[in-house]
Amino acid sequence: MTSLTRTGFLPVTSSKYVRFIFKPLVLVACLLPCFWLGWNWYHDNLSANPIDDVTDTTGTWTLRFLMITLAITPVRRISGWNRLLQFRRMIGLFAFLYGTLHLFTYLYLDQFFLWEEILADIPKRPFITVGFLSFVLMIPLAATSTDRITKWIGGKRWNRLHKLVYVTAIGGVIHYLWLVKADLQRPLIYGGILALLLGVRLWYALKPFLVGRMKREGARNEVAGG
Amino acid sequence: MLIKRPSDIPSSEITPESVYRNRRTFLKTAAIMTAGTAAAFALPRFSEPQDPHYRRPPAGPFNTDEDLTSYKDITTYNNFYEFGTDKDDPSEYAGSLKPRPWKVRVDGEVEKAGLYDLDDLLKGISQEDRVYRLRCVEGWSMVIPWLGFPISVLLKRFQPTSRAKYVEFTTLNDPQQMPGLSRPVLDWPYVEGLRIDEAMHPLAIFAVGLYGKQLPNQNGAPLRIVVPWKYGFKSCKSIVRIRLTEKEPLPTWVRAAPHEYGFYSNVNPDVDHPRWSQKFERRIGEFRKRRTQLFNGYGEQVAGLYAGMDLRKHF
Repeated sequence: MTSLTRTGFLPVTSSKYVRFIFKPLVLVACLLPCFWLGWNWYHDNLSANPIDDVTDTTGTWTLRFLMITLAITPVRRISGWNRLLQFRRMIGLFAFLYGTLHLFTYLYLDQFFLWEEILADIPKRPFITVGFLSFVLMIPLAATSTDRITKWIGGKRWNRLHKLVYVTAIGGVIHYLWLVKADLQRPLIYGGILALLLGVRLWYALKPFLVGRMKREGARNEVAGG
Repeated sequence: MLIKRPSDIPSSEITPESVYRNRRTFLKTAAIMTAGTAAAFALPRFSEPQDPHYRRPPAGPFNTDEDLTSYKDITTYNNFYEFGTDKDDPSEYAGSLKPRPWKVRVDGEVEKAGLYDLDDLLKGISQEDRVYRLRCVEGWSMVIPWLGFPISVLLKRFQPTSRAKYVEFTTLNDPQQMPGLSRPVLDWPYVEGLRIDEAMHPLAIFAVGLYGKQLPNQNGAPLRIVVPWKYGFKSCKSIVRIRLTEKEPLPTWVRAAPHEYGFYSNVNPDVDHPRWSQKFERRIGEFRKRRTQLFNGYGEQVAGLYAGMDLRKHF
């Protein structure tokens, strides 16, 4: 564990700082969109259609938290700042929380729990089908987020299961892309960010093979040239 | 809390004990937030005071007696892509539109084609209040007290020829005045059209005002049409050209997505938008949704225009 420095202060990177300062800060930050919505709803600062604002805001933040979660591994690899990993679960769970709020906004404020309508709507509207499936795929990830369950499943299998988040993120972007009327700019921005985040992973996965082959070819060329 | 950490598990596979505590805080906060958000939804929305100076016309075939949507909501929640695609973009950016002086080009199948000054056109036309429902294709609706006059009053002045079967309306296409035009969201300029008998129907109006006052820029100043039994996008705004044609015009949304938008676009709860249902609508200011009415509730007056037509085919 971290030892006190001579001045009596912990180094800023110590796990105690993470636990008592950074994590609570990130937690509060993650709740800000919720507070923002509640505050503006209460003070009547939302648009003339506040229910649509709730739908938009919760949906957008689900996507954003998914992107942030997916950014943690690449950023950690590039920056070497390994403590980032300690925030991944919390942020991932926030994606799930906002996704849940988004779904409930649809079920309650859009459909008023008219199950017949909802059951007809989900398979009939491709953007709702995709959005719903993307949410459903988050459930096993949220359910297996505790340490005990992770250990019980085993790290490798847990990792493989949690690759589902890629499908959820892709589904989320398609959901957004299919619901807009004409202006594709924002869904395409999310699509671009996601492509980058997945591209980095692909690069890391392929790099050993590519580098290996280049070396082999280089060696062969040398032999041929010599 | 004491947590034992067996040494045979690599540290990379173990989440530090801090997360235990953190997760509890997270769950607790999440529960509180969810409850709080649910409580916020249960609160009634404070209704805006309606303009106290406006005296609405008595109810009749041209005026609904339903509660008016507030001036604030009507002027801050708009679809007017020439100013941006967000609902609050038009009210934010429409200040750059100059509604005077304003010219309207009239051409096509008319005897009196020409470039007219709007004020000259409006001379001698008496304006009346029309309280109409407006149903947006997106599934929300308002009740709006327009100030205007029937489209027929103006069209007749231009003396349409016998070949005039349709009327095409075009919105201003000036990026200097309309910042949204700099992005190719739609194929500018915005064009809409009506069959001539639709345009001549007494419910179809040119609007120049709102709540008895001059029409705000974001609502389509200085001249727009309002066709209350059709989805809102049919009601072309900031009109600079009126063309009478023999052939059916190609409206902008039909060009953008022909399988989603049709020429007629009459409000119809039984014909869904391919991507969402049109059965219900949310009246702005209300919490629960209400059922959408065929022809937006104007069926008694306009259904005759479509006698014998398959409204599913001609959507």
